[in-house]
Amino acid sequence: MSREEVVETVNGFLAEEFEVEVDTLDPNGVLHETLDLDSLDYVDLVVVIESHFGFKVTGEDFKSISTLNDFYDFIVNKHEHA
Amino acid sequence: MRVVISGYGIYSCIGKNVAEVTESLKEGRSGIGLDMERKPFGYRSCLTGIIEEPDLKKDLSRRARLGMSEEARYAYVSTKEALEMAGITQDYLDNNRAGILFGNDSTAGAVTEAVDTIRAKKDTMLVGSGSIFQSMNSTVNMNLATIFKLRGVNFTISAACASGSHAIGVGYHLIKSGLEDMIICGGAQEVNLYAFGSFDGLGVFSMREDEPAKSSRPFDKDRDGLITSGGAATVVLESLESAQRRGATILGEVTGYGFSSNGDHISNPNTEGQVDSISRALKMADISAKEIDYVNAHATSTPKGDMFEAQAIFDVFGGKTPVSSTKSMTGHECWMAGASEIVYCMIMMRNGFIAPNINFENPDEVSRNLNIIAESKNANLNTIASNSFGFGGTNSTLIIKKYE
Repeated sequence: MSREEVVETVNGFLAEEFEVEVDTLDPNGVLHETLDLDSLDYVDLVVVIESHFGFKVTGEDFKSISTLNDFYDFIVNKHEHA
Repeated sequence: MRVVISGYGIYSCIGKNVAEVTESLKEGRSGIGLDMERKPFGYRSCLTGIIEEPDLKKDLSRRARLGMSEEARYAYVSTKEALEMAGITQDYLDNNRAGILFGNDSTAGAVTEAVDTIRAKKDTMLVGSGSIFQSMNSTVNMNLATIFKLRGVNFTISAACASGSHAIGVGYHLIKSGLEDMIICGGAQEVNLYAFGSFDGLGVFSMREDEPAKSSRPFDKDRDGLITSGGAATVVLESLESAQRRGATILGEVTGYGFSSNGDHISNPNTEGQVDSISRALKMADISAKEIDYVNAHATSTPKGDMFEAQAIFDVFGGKTPVSSTKSMTGHECWMAGASEIVYCMIMMRNGFIAPNINFENPDEVSRNLNIIAESKNANLNTIASNSFGFGGTNSTLIIKKYE
């Protein structure tokens, strides 16, 4: 899966599941601020990642993710090694 | 302390709001249909109240919706309508204490979906963050208290098919004793495929699948069982002082709440326990049986249950007091029924009619002694009694008066 495809898939579920306007997403924005995430929302991120990419993310994984770009990169990297 | 009703709301198989339900009650319209998924799933009967899912996307955020079970979604709609009728804004709730007591006794849909996911994925996290808030019996309370930012009493009452009635009764007492000024009371009931499987398994559901609208026939000689349904009903209770202070339109007054337990069989009712519940309600309201203008019966259309209640009503009220079971139209709304039937009574009281016990064509040897109203009838109702009886022998009777 190319980075463009990952970005498209991620933005798709962010729009669908987290009800964010894709047009307003700043790839350099901080993930939890951009998505207005609270602790419960991280559980739902784990669910949508698993259902779209087939791998499970842990709480530890999120510690390395700051921006939305980091998030895309993390998925691309994880997907390649899955 | 006098306790009054200043608003009510309803979401049921005979209408999605008070206006629609008023029409259905007047016209004697049945909300019963068939859910064809039930038979292949293993049910004996496909009969059920037909309820449409409300779309809450325009009203509530994703986070607010995520934790809401099916019954909580229904309860949001009925509660929103009740608050609007009562003239209670979010600004009022932000600045004044209000409580919430709901009757609910299952979350089978949410629990089953969560367990299915965990079994398939072998990872509890993959059920998502909303599942736990949908799966607890207090799902309605925890969601609505959060959405409406309520800061008063907040708990769920589980008492089988009397849950909604007890919720209003307990709310009445908390206000009467001065502990709260305002409580949002009600009952809610899920209607999904998983909600009633084990109930159907008892063989007590009607099998009259060729005539869904005629299948629920409380007190009729040829009744063959109940039909389950659901939705939610909400009643706003407050102290008379609170209602007057707000300048609210007072719609009715709760004057009596009787309760008892049969101390007997887990599913079979008994007349003594029911008579005790009705008598205690009359005593609390300080009125005689003949002052009751209408009895909204619990009668669910089961051969045995209706017979016990017909006898209990006859023992207390004699044969002249008008009686009907709105379950003839709605089916048995179970955990919600005690609250929805108060809403149906409020609608009758405000609009001056008695809703019919449809499908009452021939009485049996006990129901022939009662004055069962089979056709919609104009009537000035000043005081009504509403019965709710549940598994385990839990009984509840509420008495509502026109406010004077």
